Amino acid sequence: MSVSETRKRALGRFLVIAIPFIWLGALFLAPFLIVAKISLSTAAVAIPPYEPLISWAEDGALVLTLHVGNYKLIFSDPVYLIAYASSLRNAAVTVVFTLLLGYPLAYFIATRRENWRAPLLLLVMLPFWTSFLIRIYAWIGILKPNGVINGVLIWLGLIDKPLMILNTNFAVAVGMVYGYLPFMVLPLYAHLEKMDWSLLEAARDLGAKPARVFREVTLPLSAPGIVAGSLLVFIPAVGEYIVPALLGGPDTLTIGATLWNEFFSNRDWPVASTVAVALIALLVAPLLALQHHRAKGVKTMSDKP
Amino acid sequence: MIPAPQDSPWADAAAVPQLRIRNVVKSFDSFAAVDDVSLDIFRGEFFSLLGASGCGKTTLLRMLAGFEFPDRGAVELDGIDLLKLQPYERPVNMMFQSYALFPHMSVAQNIGFGLRSEGLSRDHLEERVANALKLVQLSGFAQRKPNQLSGGQKQRVALARALVKRPKVLLLDEPLSALDKKLREATQFELINIQKQVGVTFIMVTHDQEEAMAMSTRIAVMDKGRVVQVGAPHEIYEYPHSRFVATFIGSINLFEGMAAHGPDGWRVDCAHWGGPLRVAQDLAALDHHQVALGVRPEKIRIAPPDEHLAADNFSDGVVREVAYLGESMLYRVALPSGFLVRVAAPNVGTRFSPGQTVRIGFDAGAGVALDK
Repeated sequence: MSVSETRKRALGRFLVIAIPFIWLGALFLAPFLIVAKISLSTAAVAIPPYEPLISWAEDGALVLTLHVGNYKLIFSDPVYLIAYASSLRNAAVTVVFTLLLGYPLAYFIATRRENWRAPLLLLVMLPFWTSFLIRIYAWIGILKPNGVINGVLIWLGLIDKPLMILNTNFAVAVGMVYGYLPFMVLPLYAHLEKMDWSLLEAARDLGAKPARVFREVTLPLSAPGIVAGSLLVFIPAVGEYIVPALLGGPDTLTIGATLWNEFFSNRDWPVASTVAVALIALLVAPLLALQHHRAKGVKTMSDKP
Repeated sequence: MIPAPQDSPWADAAAVPQLRIRNVVKSFDSFAAVDDVSLDIFRGEFFSLLGASGCGKTTLLRMLAGFEFPDRGAVELDGIDLLKLQPYERPVNMMFQSYALFPHMSVAQNIGFGLRSEGLSRDHLEERVANALKLVQLSGFAQRKPNQLSGGQKQRVALARALVKRPKVLLLDEPLSALDKKLREATQFELINIQKQVGVTFIMVTHDQEEAMAMSTRIAVMDKGRVVQVGAPHEIYEYPHSRFVATFIGSINLFEGMAAHGPDGWRVDCAHWGGPLRVAQDLAALDHHQVALGVRPEKIRIAPPDEHLAADNFSDGVVREVAYLGESMLYRVALPSGFLVRVAAPNVGTRFSPGQTVRIGFDAGAGVALDK
């Protein structure tokens, strides 16, 4: 291979790797830095509606003003703390229930014959063909006082007047679990599908009843899938805005709604940015810890015999 | 290994088999994987199910373990109906072809897994695990994870894990197939020794006829879901019942012809040979039947054409091909009819080269007449 050819290949390789990095840099890192910058400012009646960080003082000095008051505010005002707590709780509930529903579903699909698996997976992904917003909107029709559920319950004579389901935390949980279920099923399926089934046979052969086989072999071996699915559900669920906004009630306070309020109702971009940055910090810390733990675990247990 | 008569319970009509398999049938989508198989296996045997892939041997083994249930037939172990029991209830353990070691458990935890459902005290359990590790010479490896072991070590952990439960029958699914050739030979003898030490009945599935011959007390040769012959290795090799078994086990020359009786006794009139082949076997039942006289290459002698060859049947021929195998020479000799005969000669004395005219011959007792 000639020198110029080697160079061409090196350039090609560089481009292939560089493009996604440029994409991430321009569309994720740069906006994040801008948001981080705004979070250190204060609100102002201006366009854009915050004070610049760098300004000229009267004596010609260049002044960099960093306000940390926004961070103090969100850690002292219970409104924000409650919003964080309830968002985390919502996300946790979503993870638990998507896992309880998704695990058997993924297991069922993974244990079907090969020619059945693709169509079943397609059914799991089918909802994605309709907009998330529209699907959550449809839940209003199901949950509202004169909606499908209440209609059926009244028709069956189980209740006389409609139950208040819509605009409760219960409705939010239903919507979240519904919306995020595929994100749990897909990684779980991917892990269960490549599991070595002879391990389960070996466990049964060694005298383990089905419950013990599941507890001591299936579950530990599918742990990476559980972790992947849980993260894939948990992270977007914490910042979820649409479901609480459409299905939640007056007492549903989430970080997504708080962000919306600060940006659009209060036009307080700095506080909104602070809320966003704090949320990212809140999510990144456990993620890094998990990544560290997994990197250690990969060495000792991930490969098959 | 030719067993002494007292080691052959199958030859004793009064002996009670430990495992009885009766007319077992198992189909997958109308394809009969196991087709009407009956076998009696005796305590302490090293029994092999031998056949090409897809012959049903693994399906039969999996039915003994309880992973598959037959459509018809019966399986009894020491008088207990095995088919009523789930895999976890059967006094039978299996060593998997892939070993199926639990990757998230240490060697000791793997071996102890089966004991933990037996309600043993902690000390007792640890002692059993330690003994099992000693049996397979892995005492220092208790805390390793499976992926820190070599192929041979994994194989032994799998063996220890299956044996530690003290099963009545140990099932081995291609136990040596993942090992390289050298290690495989060493492990063959080790498996036989361990089997003698623990006295457990071993039932092994293998596609490797040499492995089956070297290790087994008896072999069941399977083809298309059926057992075509059962016998000790030397019986299967020397007295195959059919052309299929004769050609599947080792290499053999088949001289096709009509069985007939003459003044010199029984003979097979073989056009390829260019005349009658004298046969010591009594062919009364096959008189005037089309048969194949099977003769193993090593039973045929080869000599220069001018040399007197003391053989009941002999012919001249021309060496076509020579393969040097080290311990022996393999010749392909063309008869005047053009028929090629395989001859294996020990690597001593005269060697012949392609194109050379030779005389080949074998005794009347060297062949076996096959009508199937």
